[in-house]
Amino acid sequence: MTDATFSPTDAALGGGEPPFDVREWLRLETMPHFMCPGCGHGIALRTMLWAAHDCGIDKDDLAVVCGIGCSGRIGGYIDANTFHTTHGRPLAFATGLKLARPDLTVVVVTGDGDCLAIGGNHLIHACRRNLDITCLMLNNEVYGMTGGQVSPTTSAHRITSTTQAGNFEPTFDACRLAEAAGAGFVGREVTRQAPALKSLIARAIRHHGFSFVEVMSDCTEIYGRKNELGEAPEMILGQKADMRPEVYNDAPDRPFRPNALPTGVFVERGLPEYGDSVRAHVAAVRTGGTGR
Amino acid sequence: MTTATLSASAPGAQTSSATLTALHGNHACALAAIAAGCRFFAGYPITPSSEIAEHLSYELPKVGGTFVQMEDEIASIAAVAGASLGGLRAMTATSGPGFSLMQENIGYAAMTEIPLVIVDVMRGGPSTGMPTRPAQGDVMQARFGSHGDRPVVALAPASVQEIYEETIRAFDIAERLRTPVTVLYDQVIAHLLESVAVPAPGAVRVIPRKWANGASGPFRPYEAGDDGVPPMVRPGDGHRSHTTGLTHAETGFPTQTPAVVDRMMRRLLGKIDANRALVERFATRATDDADVLIVAYGITARAARRAVDVLRAEGVKAGLFRPITLWPFPEDALKRAASGAKSVLVPEMNAGQLVLEIERVLGGAAPVRRLNRIDGEPIVPHQIVAAVKEIFS
Ligand SMILES: Cc1ncc(C[n+]2csc(CCOP(=O)(O)OP(=O)(O)O)c2C)c(N)n1
Ligand code: SF4
Ligand SMILES: [Mg+2]
Repeated sequence: MTDATFSPTDAALGGGEPPFDVREWLRLETMPHFMCPGCGHGIALRTMLWAAHDCGIDKDDLAVVCGIGCSGRIGGYIDANTFHTTHGRPLAFATGLKLARPDLTVVVVTGDGDCLAIGGNHLIHACRRNLDITCLMLNNEVYGMTGGQVSPTTSAHRITSTTQAGNFEPTFDACRLAEAAGAGFVGREVTRQAPALKSLIARAIRHHGFSFVEVMSDCTEIYGRKNELGEAPEMILGQKADMRPEVYNDAPDRPFRPNALPTGVFVERGLPEYGDSVRAHVAAVRTGGTGR
Repeated sequence: MTTATLSASAPGAQTSSATLTALHGNHACALAAIAAGCRFFAGYPITPSSEIAEHLSYELPKVGGTFVQMEDEIASIAAVAGASLGGLRAMTATSGPGFSLMQENIGYAAMTEIPLVIVDVMRGGPSTGMPTRPAQGDVMQARFGSHGDRPVVALAPASVQEIYEETIRAFDIAERLRTPVTVLYDQVIAHLLESVAVPAPGAVRVIPRKWANGASGPFRPYEAGDDGVPPMVRPGDGHRSHTTGLTHAETGFPTQTPAVVDRMMRRLLGKIDANRALVERFATRATDDADVLIVAYGITARAARRAVDVLRAEGVKAGLFRPITLWPFPEDALKRAASGAKSVLVPEMNAGQLVLEIERVLGGAAPVRRLNRIDGEPIVPHQIVAAVKEIFS
């Protein structure tokens, strides 16, 4: 982590003042990290910190609330107030934290299993309430941490350790789910497009309300290897082929992620923010009103 | 600590002037929480606890607090833990099915040392059981419900007055020992209307949480002083610490180094034992010369008290030991109370739960009999009287 070539500054990538240096946001004493070579979660980590930097957030006022999974482990490396909670529940913990401490910027980091399977109920209600939290769901289409089992986003026919002959389960489109459930901000981006992902996350953080961002990530070591998707470079290139349907809509199915998903900001709407509503209710009660 | 009445003095409650008010048990619980400085409640409706949430939904805003009805009990206790991490005194309330759902995050709060209060109003079980009928079936769940070894505190009030006192004490213990505390009572007391000495506003002493400050050198958030309880880190105060349910070292970061794990676990479990004087509370009645000692808690203790009076009037030397703190069990106090007893009777509204602990503590010093009712009805005095007479026949 000391070699500058592995830690290009924002300036090196074309702008930003003061320049972004990821080392200022990491607990360097916790290195080396646990991630496998090429794991997309590492890009997600770096990008999210870059976005926090761009938003001018003070580390002391940043709370990162994580679930359980490879995705959930990235919080431990961030030099902020970090909470590694229980599997599927980070949004519920974050709801209490943000209501208690509206002054904190609360970012939740969760996985596709954490957020959509065990935590699915919390996700839809977090969207519905529209509390000012930014939720980053790192979607690698698999349960990475537990050894590569099928998840609610595993693409059709993929081999996982619990779908040895190929996945036959339908998948969720998490973004459409979040939109339908009432999230104020919904977007999706791939780790390959780090600057675009950074901008999307920064916009999500700035949004006043619940922001859901689906980060298309790669589990290189388990999912990639089992499905012969190539090494990390091939996997990340595969993202481009299939994740830009505006450009590649007519492209024939590629081996990686045959179900092309659109990217970008899908929803950005000014719905009542839950914390504001709670505080307005409290104020109304205290001044003798009903809160209605 | 021999008291003639059901009520003993509550360390958390410092009443300068109090107003006698008729309250239902659940209402008293809600008001006590406010008096104890609770400013956050998250819960999910369930009989027979719902009135606690309902009362707090309008009492909390009055004092600037936050009430939120969550999507389930898992989310409720998670939100309570999150609010407590943020710095607020926080509570949830539920009944058996919801208590079951909360267990994983209760373990998380114990492991990460988050102060919070859980009220479990016990109803008939297992499963959906009898929502409107009383029971005492969650005693062992309160002790062992979450996986692994963890510090446990559970309090069992026996009257509406005591619900008020024990709820305040629950917050005091939770905050001082940085641990979840469960208040266990049953459907009967929850809905009983009794007079309560409600302290004047501001009269309850609320000890502020011990916060970490002024770090110099490398900061170790889980390093404890002599009391075994590390100060808490308040987000925003500059320490930027890590909280994890993974077994962690004093640094807050995960460890699997056997010596460190052993040290951390022993400190975690030991902090309750080291502070038993703060946690343990019990009451006794006519135990000094008792031939038969009745050990009862909650609503059952009220039937037992009456039974003791009836038996004494008939010349039978009966006494009552009433643990108000169920976990950690007041072992020494029970041993003292039972020292002269020829027989011990444990009436409970379950198939036999706390009796296992009583047998363990007494270690065969006196035969321990059981009286169990599992039909959704409270145990009544004459049943206890009859059971005692049977012992002597
Ligand atoms: C209650 C509970 N059930 C199961 C697990 C085991 N577990 C840990 S991580 C995980 C799945 C993680 O998958 P995902 O959320 O997609 O994260 P990833 O590792 O892929 O980033 C599971 C099932 C657990 N920790 N807790
Ligand atoms: S198992 Fe997969 S998701 Fe986990 S660190 Fe390795 S590559 Fe990343
Ligand atoms: Mg995953």
